[in-house]
Amino acid sequence: MAEEMRLLLEHADKIDPRIAEDYIKVGGYKGLEKARQMDRKNLIQEVKSSGLRGRGGAGFNAGMKWSFVPPAEVKYVVCNLDEGEPGTYKDRIICEKNAQALLEGMAICGTAIESKQGYIYCRGEYPFVVELLNKAIQSAKASGALGDFDIEVRMGAGAYVCGEETALIESIEGHRGEPRFKPPFPGVAGLWGVPTVVNNVETFAALPYIMTKGAEWYASIGAPKYPGTKVLTLTGDVNNPTYFEVPTNYNLRDVIYKLGGGIKNGKKFKAVQVGGTSGAFIPEQNLDTSIDFDSMGAIGAALGSGAVLVLDETRDIVDIVTRISKFFEHESCGKCNPCREGTFRCREIMEKINSGRATEADLNNILLLAKVMKRAALCGLGQAAPVPITSTIQHFGHEYRRKLLQYA
Amino acid sequence: MANYKDIIYGLKDKRGGIIEAFHALQREYNYIPEEALEEAARAFGVSQAQAYGVATFYSYLSVKKRGKYIIRMCESAPCHVAGADEVIKAIESYLGIKIGETTADGKFTLELTECVGQCQATPVITVNSEPVFNVSAAQVPEILSAYK
Ligand SMILES: Cc1cc2nc3c(=O)[nH]c(=O)nc-3n(C[C@H](O)[C@H](O)[C@H](O)COP(=O)(O)O)c2cc1C
Ligand code: SF4
Ligand code: FES
Repeated sequence: MAEEMRLLLEHADKIDPRIAEDYIKVGGYKGLEKARQMDRKNLIQEVKSSGLRGRGGAGFNAGMKWSFVPPAEVKYVVCNLDEGEPGTYKDRIICEKNAQALLEGMAICGTAIESKQGYIYCRGEYPFVVELLNKAIQSAKASGALGDFDIEVRMGAGAYVCGEETALIESIEGHRGEPRFKPPFPGVAGLWGVPTVVNNVETFAALPYIMTKGAEWYASIGAPKYPGTKVLTLTGDVNNPTYFEVPTNYNLRDVIYKLGGGIKNGKKFKAVQVGGTSGAFIPEQNLDTSIDFDSMGAIGAALGSGAVLVLDETRDIVDIVTRISKFFEHESCGKCNPCREGTFRCREIMEKINSGRATEADLNNILLLAKVMKRAALCGLGQAAPVPITSTIQHFGHEYRRKLLQYA
Repeated sequence: MANYKDIIYGLKDKRGGIIEAFHALQREYNYIPEEALEEAARAFGVSQAQAYGVATFYSYLSVKKRGKYIIRMCESAPCHVAGADEVIKAIESYLGIKIGETTADGKFTLELTECVGQCQATPVITVNSEPVFNVSAAQVPEILSAYK
């Protein structure tokens, strides 16, 4: 099995994502039509039984999330297009190739939870995507396909933490993007305090296909517990650094050697980081793993955003992880102490190690600090920040020890 | 040049729209001038301290005057392994400025950024938000001389 399976990206570059009619010609907006004829409870049940789980990283069952939304006069559907995870650009690709499917998916969610207003929170680095989406929305509204469901695009402004759903909500409200304490979850009290469903672009864009082809069909694709397709973005030392859509039971080794065309310049493989910069580094012996959420979890990694960063044998892991530790120090919002102070200390110790000034005691300290951060940080940023460090100390400990003082 | 008041009051009815207003101001001035920030605070009914707190939280927004072209170098891991460091050095030496500075003629400001979502063609820089792909140190003079 080395083939792509294009569902969301089937008509990529063959239709204009801005034009609703183009999308309608290839079967678009049929799913929304069907959803509108269904009883709300059955609709949510249908999505639940498709097994669709969030593609933004947490892997929560989408239909289940919607089922928690209590009755209220006003509710919102929010699309997370913040996409700040380094190495990730799949949500941009989905918008650039098939924006109408995203709009349709949001309207299906709106039908399920009885919301008339959607927001797309688009990262500030994508002004051209904002433009594209506004045209797509205009065209969909003009065609009548969206009915009375409205969608507004709001722009982020370069803060990674705003991908966290409650920080994202704060940002749409015009505040600093600092995460909120949960509970209450956004489904109960989200944007401006009312029930709000936040889903990722890829999650929404899968919905039209689930509606038209059926939940059972969707549930039969890929890994049974995390069915469907996943868009991956390959970076680093591979011959073919581009994006792919594959069934979720696709093998990680095949991602690198078949899709990626193997390691560049005839070199050997050293490590792969899956899920973006907050993901774990995976060594050769774990490559025969399916990319789905649970299989990645079982090897101490995470599928995350689906970013795949491949490193060849010549790469200096400690140097790369030091760079990553700077990322987290920079992106920590500073609201909670374990992360504000912890990301600062992680970076400090990583620099000490990387420049050959550290001892075994520093390694022990950073592992202890990592434990504290994983348990005590308020949001996923601080909890995941030490993962690249701990996973590389675990699998590539010799590269660290080589840089310690007593071995220098 | 559009009046900053027109820009702000054109967006006033957008709930929570102060960040949208900041974006619109930056599109016009490349940064958020102090008078405009104060006006935005009034228009959106928040204190100046709050408005300042919002503007300085986001790395894409600047309350400091910047040049005509804002160059941002991505230094996230995929661009880092593709040679971002050499590109930064080449830009610094070509422009004669350090990161965070603006050239004396007010033409270029150099900043670092994290991933800009164009990782299919690392290393990446953006010039006024337009991405430039697969940048090498050797190409820097040629790329930058195109901005007049
Ligand atoms: C620091 C941080 C950054 C995140 N960034 C994103 C992001 O860029 N895009 C995204 O969809 N989810 C992101 N998430 C996850 C969201 O909080 C949320 O779980 C997701 O948007 C829910 O959508 P889903 O269920 O469809 O995946 C991030 C979480 C954290 C803690
Ligand atoms: S974990 Fe970090 S990013 Fe998250 S709330 Fe705490 S300080 Fe902010
Ligand atoms: S890592 Fe540089 S653009 Fe994504």
